[in-house]
Amino acid sequence: MEKELVREHVLNIIADVALDDDVTTIDDAVALRDQLDLDSMDFLDIVMELKKRHKIEVPQEDYPQLASMNSCVEYLTPKFAAHA
Amino acid sequence: MEKYDVIIIGAGMSGMAAAIRLAMFDKKVLLLEKHIITGGLNSYYKRAKRDFDVGLHALTNYMEKGEKKKPLSKLLKQLRVPYDDLKLSPQRHSKILFPEKSLTFTNDLNDFSQEIADKFPDQIDGFHQLVSYINSFSETSLDNEYILAKDVVRKYITNEELLEMLFCPLLIYGSAWENDMDFSQFAIMFKSIYIEGFSRPEGGVRTIIDILLKKLENLGQEIRFKSEVQSIETVNGKVAGVKLKNGDFIQADKVISSMGYPETLSVVSGLDPKKKPAVGKMTFCESILVLDKKPQDLAFDSTIVFYNNRPKYLYREPENLYDPQSAVICFPNNFTHDDFDEGWVRITNMANFDLWNKLERPEYKAKKEEVFKDACSLTKKLIPSWDGEVVFKDIFSPTTIKKYTGHFGGTVYGSTDKSRDGSTEVPGLYLCGTDQGFLGIVGSMLSGISMANLYGLMD
Repeated sequence: MEKELVREHVLNIIADVALDDDVTTIDDAVALRDQLDLDSMDFLDIVMELKKRHKIEVPQEDYPQLASMNSCVEYLTPKFAAHA
Repeated sequence: MEKYDVIIIGAGMSGMAAAIRLAMFDKKVLLLEKHIITGGLNSYYKRAKRDFDVGLHALTNYMEKGEKKKPLSKLLKQLRVPYDDLKLSPQRHSKILFPEKSLTFTNDLNDFSQEIADKFPDQIDGFHQLVSYINSFSETSLDNEYILAKDVVRKYITNEELLEMLFCPLLIYGSAWENDMDFSQFAIMFKSIYIEGFSRPEGGVRTIIDILLKKLENLGQEIRFKSEVQSIETVNGKVAGVKLKNGDFIQADKVISSMGYPETLSVVSGLDPKKKPAVGKMTFCESILVLDKKPQDLAFDSTIVFYNNRPKYLYREPENLYDPQSAVICFPNNFTHDDFDEGWVRITNMANFDLWNKLERPEYKAKKEEVFKDACSLTKKLIPSWDGEVVFKDIFSPTTIKKYTGHFGGTVYGSTDKSRDGSTEVPGLYLCGTDQGFLGIVGSMLSGISMANLYGLMD
């Protein structure tokens, strides 16, 4: 699966979780936590949404991989591809 | 036989919030409510074509749209409710009125600091240090130890009158304990009232309840009304399900109960609790007066008044039916947006449950009339230009609270024993709401959310 599409999936989830934040201006290289109102409870929601919507499991030790949009896409693209 | 992942007892703020979280991630949830409407302690009714709110005087934890890392923003995100849906209307200002001095506060802590600097100049440095300490304190940790708040605050505030004034709103808006509270609870209340502040959703408590109901509906989550729990059943000491008063038995390995700590344990079949949670002492009467004029037309624009007519603030179960020397008075017209065509005054006095409970019907009505008369005198004292005209009134007592909430002793803030992590001695049985320890409407919803996350989603 293309990275663009993975980014879009992740962005859709973030837009639902951080629903009052503007997600169109996200800087992909910067930590999401520093740009949006996201705390550990919200990252848990992102993980649960990945499972619910895309059947993708993120083990707890991999949570740091979801820090920025770039690292999300890097980490999740092979997982999406495995499901395609 | 019906089997659920989780049964939630009580469709109040905490139970509904817990159900939303679990349903959001496809858990099979049953939400039980013994009444025919939702809301629990914070509910509503209609009399004489008027909409009455129960519970909610004001929503604490006010924030502007876009503020981050606040309890309210956390709550909204977890429930996926846009900020604008709450239609919050902030307070104008509130007053703490003692015999010798008064203090005014707003949703801007600087106003309160200035007020303290003016009236207690030798205390302002201590107050600033107290605020820094509270800001650095992690009050929502589930494993904080219980410490008496007055012992901590006395290190910063050496004037007893100011100390009593600072505690007054925080005690009456959330303490199950008499005269003092746990320091974590104090810090939560201090932030939610003095630092963040009061607001009211346009439309009152119904606005919040409607948001939650809509969420539940969209998630396909039903609420089973008129379903009072007879017992929580266990097998080998673990939760196995719930038996309803109508005889139905419903299976589940997990039950989250918002009934209250002693109330929940009392319905666990065959349980002889190792430690019985205490029944709290704090309960209240409330007089609701509808006036033909609005307070603002009578040149009165405070939103909430914390009134105390003694040098010391006595927050405790009164020896008489109720304590007319102390009250919290809410003027719902005096938020920045005014929903009403008439003037409204809500006066809450501390009351004694046992004494109210003993009254026979005619006497009970006569005593409620006395509460009303005192409420009128106090209103007159606060608004001298008021002519005393009351268009409509309603008075409720501690026995009314017991009837609708099922709380032993008609408590509003529940037991003095809290279970901060929600666990009980019965595996699979968890508490949410008042006796998990987060109070107020925002607190109770956060309680439901955190218990659902901890015991329903994370394991």
